[in-house]
Amino acid sequence: MMPKRWTTVLPLAVFAVLVAFFGWRLVLITRGDAPNMIPSVMIDKPAPGFDLPPLVLDRPGLKTADLGGKVTLINFFSSWCIPCRAEHPLLVDLMNQSMVQGKLLLVGIDYKDRPEDGRGWLSRLGNPYQAIAMDRDGRVGIDFGVYGVPESYLIDRQGRIRYKQVGPFTPDDIREKLLPLVAELNK
Amino acid sequence: MIPELGQFTLIVALFVAIVQSVVPMVGAARGDRAWMEMARPAALAQFALVVTAFGALMACYITSDFSVLNVVQNSHTDKPLLYKISGVWGNHEGSMLLWVLILSGYGMAVSVFGGNLPPGLRARALSVQAMIACGFLLFILFTSNPFARVDPAPLNGDGLNPLLQDPGLAFHPPFLYLGYVGFSMAFSFAIAALIEGRVDAAWARWVRPWTLVAWCTLTLGIAMGSWWAYYTLGWGGWWYWDPVENASFMPWLAGTALLHSSIVVEKRDTLKAWTILLAIVTFSLSLLGTFLVRSGVLTSVHSFAADPSRGVFVLGLLVVVAGGSLTLFAIRGPGLKGGGLFTPLSREGSLLLNNVLMSTAAGTVLLGTLYPLFADALDMGKVSVGPPFFNAVFIPLMVPMVMTMAVGPLLSWKRGDLAGALGRLKVAGVLTVVVMVATWLLAGGSAGPLWAAGGLGLAAWLFLGSLTEWAERVRLFRAPPAETLERIFRLPRSAYGMLIAHASVAIIIAGITGSAAWTTEKIQVMHVGDVVSVAGYDLRLAGIQDNIPGPNYVSLRAHFSVTRNGSAVTELYPEKRMYRQPPRPTTDAAIHTNFIGDLYAVVGDPDGTGGFVTRVYFNPLVPWIFIGAVIMVIGGLVSLTDRRYRVGAPVRTARAAAAKGRA
Repeated sequence: MMPKRWTTVLPLAVFAVLVAFFGWRLVLITRGDAPNMIPSVMIDKPAPGFDLPPLVLDRPGLKTADLGGKVTLINFFSSWCIPCRAEHPLLVDLMNQSMVQGKLLLVGIDYKDRPEDGRGWLSRLGNPYQAIAMDRDGRVGIDFGVYGVPESYLIDRQGRIRYKQVGPFTPDDIREKLLPLVAELNK
Repeated sequence: MIPELGQFTLIVALFVAIVQSVVPMVGAARGDRAWMEMARPAALAQFALVVTAFGALMACYITSDFSVLNVVQNSHTDKPLLYKISGVWGNHEGSMLLWVLILSGYGMAVSVFGGNLPPGLRARALSVQAMIACGFLLFILFTSNPFARVDPAPLNGDGLNPLLQDPGLAFHPPFLYLGYVGFSMAFSFAIAALIEGRVDAAWARWVRPWTLVAWCTLTLGIAMGSWWAYYTLGWGGWWYWDPVENASFMPWLAGTALLHSSIVVEKRDTLKAWTILLAIVTFSLSLLGTFLVRSGVLTSVHSFAADPSRGVFVLGLLVVVAGGSLTLFAIRGPGLKGGGLFTPLSREGSLLLNNVLMSTAAGTVLLGTLYPLFADALDMGKVSVGPPFFNAVFIPLMVPMVMTMAVGPLLSWKRGDLAGALGRLKVAGVLTVVVMVATWLLAGGSAGPLWAAGGLGLAAWLFLGSLTEWAERVRLFRAPPAETLERIFRLPRSAYGMLIAHASVAIIIAGITGSAAWTTEKIQVMHVGDVVSVAGYDLRLAGIQDNIPGPNYVSLRAHFSVTRNGSAVTELYPEKRMYRQPPRPTTDAAIHTNFIGDLYAVVGDPDGTGGFVTRVYFNPLVPWIFIGAVIMVIGGLVSLTDRRYRVGAPVRTARAAAAKGRA
């Protein structure tokens, strides 16, 4: 039972492929493209058409016609998603900041989640969203080009997508990317 | 002064590690005994130096020395002492220091307990250990110095993430690292064996206890993390297939495979190349986990230190360690001749099947974890990989494995008798069917999920199958009671270790099935005095108290009086805490367990009219998951105390002596 030459080289080959992927990704991250680097074909296009039912009784759902007029951040989240758990308090903090009062509308879309789980999540962690809809089968997520949760889209006053955040917001993202853009779009 | 002392000892430790990686290796190549022996004092010195550095950082935390940047960023004077201490490793720099501390601890253990190791193997293994230490010490000194100072020193620190201020999580990282780093031992021995070109039963016997230690601590570490998620994340789940959870699970799967294949090397002198490869892969997966968590390549709640420059360094380290060792394997692997032949239906065959399924599972988890990355790179579009993917692929892999786990130990080495083994499992089989039918009927016939009956049946099959194997070995009810009793005492501890560990898997499967199939939950707004019923329990909201001061938080505490059929069961006090620094809310679920199921209560926000959102769950069998994990660790520890590790005569020396005698 002597191992064949190619079988002992195989693990090395697999590893080399992995390293190539990691290296490529790191190069992108160092350039500052990531984690927002996933190109969204939707940037500068109008938000896709949708009409979703509300998740909770005391806040409305969300449809395309609601967008526009005000700068709006659409946040896709899910109760089963741990990065969302890390992002959530930042969104609560964000909406308590005086500089976004009246300038930014935060709306949530509970993505591929059981409604009761989504509601429980909000009741435990607080609800920073002015409107909150549920996208049970993820259909609207597909129209937006959601890769995974959390993901957020900033919509300008004309109802066009201007910025896409892939993965959770970090305090730096909010300070350096989101807030300046919100200020600019409100001009 | 103390931080500088810490930094200084780390630099000295680096130089010691450089010497320890070069001199013994050269000595082993030249056959120079004195150079080889250099490894042992060097390993001791390195351990002493790293302990000093770690102690220095801990002293900074305990005394809240806010002139140290790391303390400022992760501590606060208000924090209880326990979290000041656990804050040492609750951040990137400190956790890397913990990593090196454990690595040097294992090195010290080899030099202290490795007296009967062949000098060449010991020198080379310690040298490889020191090379890994060099990599991590360079990493700490150049990219993540825990002793950096700030001037002027702020009055107080930023505090530790409240999610991490929890007794379960305080000791989760040390155990996890004991596991991760423990696999470096198997790795170092594998590299040493590849350099020597010799893998034999003696080698396996030396490697297995280290692997067992690492495996036990990793199991405990993962269980602690899962338990923490269960009671603090507050939605009754205990595993989320989060990238960081997967990062700890992959080495566990590979390590479990390694544990089993090393038995084959030890007993049957075959599957050598495969075992070496597993040792390399297991440790590489541990490093990969570190890379994924530290680099920000994937996002997760745990990625508290996403920094690309660190990512580049860890990737570099991964390339050197995994790439280098796999290259060595590619060159030397073909020379590893296996000894014993065996048919597929044999003990070796079933262990090999275990290995194949475990490795496939590890590969699948790796694929699922990295898939968003691949899909992104190859422009394959919109994919999110969540629990549905992992459940869909993981369960089909585990079912055949668990089924063979009951049969495998009954097969003999070389050529097994499947019909005979199945014949001996007849009673277990009948009882399994009884359990399945009973589950199905008790769960309400067709109303209950049919797969739950399958899950409990699987658990019963494994549990009873493991017992059957034990009963066979002690000839229970076949031999006179006296003989059986004697056999019970004479059965090696490793056999009991296997019995306990396999039975614990059955317990865990039952727990998983119960939690997935029969969890009941109620979400509602309650006012004081309201009653909610779940699974036969009545929970009355007896009161709500707000603004209760904790050491560094204020909490809102609900009080539930729980009754069942009118008689009092327990009082539950779930809390919602608001930490002062950093200001973040956390939930603290209240759990009452009767070991068959958990009654789990969470309190949420006020609804504005004097009511509070509450969630109550009944999670049947979930405690079995954690109990099972603890039993599994006990199984590992029992196996570790087996006689052959305590009085293991160095086989290789004996054989060499015999050869000399003949010549």
